[in-house]
Amino acid sequence: MNIPNLIRIAIRALQRNKLRAFLTMLGIIIGVAAVIAMVAIGQGSKKSIQDQLSSMGSNMITIRANSNATVGGGARLESAALQTLTLDDIRAIEKQANYINAISPAVQSRGQAINGALNWPTSMQGVAPDYLEIRDWKVKQGVAFSDEDVTGAAKVCLVGQTIVDNLFTPGDDPIGKIIRYNKIPIKIIGVLGEKGENAFGSDQDDVILAPYTTVQKRIMAITYIQNIYASAIDENSTEKATAEISQILRTSHKLTESQEDDFSVRTQAELINTFSSTSELLTVLLTAIAGISLIIGGIGIMNIMYVSVTERTKEIGLRMSIGAKGIDILMQFLIEAILISITGGIIGVLLGIGATKLITSLLSWPTLVSESSILLSFAVCAITGVFFGYYPAQKASRLDPIEALRYE
Amino acid sequence: MTTKILELNELKREFRMGSEVVRALKGVSFDIFSGEFVTIMGSSGSGKTTLLNILGCLDKPTSGNYLVDGVDISGLSRNELASLRNQKIGFVFQSYNLLARTSARENVELPLLYNPAVSSKERKQKAIRALESVKLAERLDHLPNQLSGGQQQRVAIARALVNEPVMILADEATGNLDSRTSYEIMSLMQELNQQQGKTIVFVTHEPDIAAFSSRTITLKDGKVIKDSKNENIRSAKDMLAALPVTEDY
Repeated sequence: MNIPNLIRIAIRALQRNKLRAFLTMLGIIIGVAAVIAMVAIGQGSKKSIQDQLSSMGSNMITIRANSNATVGGGARLESAALQTLTLDDIRAIEKQANYINAISPAVQSRGQAINGALNWPTSMQGVAPDYLEIRDWKVKQGVAFSDEDVTGAAKVCLVGQTIVDNLFTPGDDPIGKIIRYNKIPIKIIGVLGEKGENAFGSDQDDVILAPYTTVQKRIMAITYIQNIYASAIDENSTEKATAEISQILRTSHKLTESQEDDFSVRTQAELINTFSSTSELLTVLLTAIAGISLIIGGIGIMNIMYVSVTERTKEIGLRMSIGAKGIDILMQFLIEAILISITGGIIGVLLGIGATKLITSLLSWPTLVSESSILLSFAVCAITGVFFGYYPAQKASRLDPIEALRYE
Repeated sequence: MTTKILELNELKREFRMGSEVVRALKGVSFDIFSGEFVTIMGSSGSGKTTLLNILGCLDKPTSGNYLVDGVDISGLSRNELASLRNQKIGFVFQSYNLLARTSARENVELPLLYNPAVSSKERKQKAIRALESVKLAERLDHLPNQLSGGQQQRVAIARALVNEPVMILADEATGNLDSRTSYEIMSLMQELNQQQGKTIVFVTHEPDIAAFSSRTITLKDGKVIKDSKNENIRSAKDMLAALPVTEDY
């Protein structure tokens, strides 16, 4: 057996029947292109959801007072109305937690913002300066408020673009202007970078950020806090951070073993997982359909190779009579099948990438061509060639030279 | 001239057809020496084809010995037989058996592709030399369907020659050709035999063809009934010259 010669023989045999070779390839080409394009669409949508969710701060951990803990007569209360979270909790977490690098209390208030003749219903978040880091929000104009502003409950705020659009005429510089929020005058010291809508469709730019002390004392007149936002040191430690926070809060709330948490700790990761698994399922379904077409392509190869063996019986007889061994014939047909499937695979990969690009540019769907899908479909292709080429090749190699030569 | 190329010793071949046993060869013995041009004659049913298959190492005898160039084939495996065919035997068939859509040169190269000892450069050279020796040097890149029957058969002869076998085994090689082309082929065969000393075994049922050979073995009912040296060998070249110049009308 001489592999280079056998490859030469197989290539010559395919060249003698170019159209048939191409038509056989077509099944594989379409199968591979479909796998690549489908996986690209699936992965693309998964990635775009992930990106969107991580833009909300992928390390972010949200701690809320838990309404499962009943207060007084057994009525459950809205979490914002519970008063179990305190600044002491934050201090405890800050002091004890190892996996947290930023933490901020939060209090929300809804109200009307007014600037001269213009007004706009919005909400004001009272937070600490760390909040911007936790959410990964940027100040695009002006400056953020400082720890001193928090200590002094300064009447300063950062506004989102929606607020600027609704309270100021175009071209008007909002920095340094004093607006009134629920009749309290408050100075704009910065404008937040635009973030658009979040994954749930709510406008992330429709917000006013102020020091939490300001909101607590001057606007809402409360002393407790509603939520705590924190960020884990990296994406992988969110789980550890969550466990750590739960432990610290249980201790600081003096809960006994049998008592349920009177708070809840949520991470973005959970949200990402939910969405990811949805699009993962989509990817699996699309890939399965594409994979079936690849198998059909493989059966096409088997079919053609089988016909080809019958049709070329005389050729096989001749080859055997001039000295081809069974293994030479087997390898020739196997190599033919593999060449068809690999060439088809290469064309399919190129076509798949092309189709993916086309989908992105025409339909502007997010797509992501992954190397693994290319490698996988290519490997499947080669295996298909061997698997579906083997049986006809074996049939050819077992022919009796005398009968094959006499075959008409 | 005295090297024994083939040696057949009480060769028997039986086939089982259902419950019946057909005895195609019933003890055939003869030797063929190098440089001989032997025709094997016989009507259909004489065991000619069975003998040809065994001579060509495509089949093995049921009993008896068959030695090619000193090698007894009865103990050889399928693969060893294939190698033996590749190295020792050059087949020429009635229906040429050229690969379609494949140039004359590539057709001739075919046996060398199954011979790992030959490099691709050597292969090309040998193929060209073989085609030159059958006077087709100008037709190297022609496809079979661009060649006449006689030319196709010459390509097949070149293919048989290319691996320098000990014997050319022709099976009714002129059966598909008109008499002029048959004479051309026989003239080429004689030339290969007389000038290059090639051993040729030619299986045919045409007594006309046997006249060109140096020895004729006649089979009947699976037995050799006549094995005679041909004292008066006819020259195919002269026969060709004697034919009317044009047969066109």
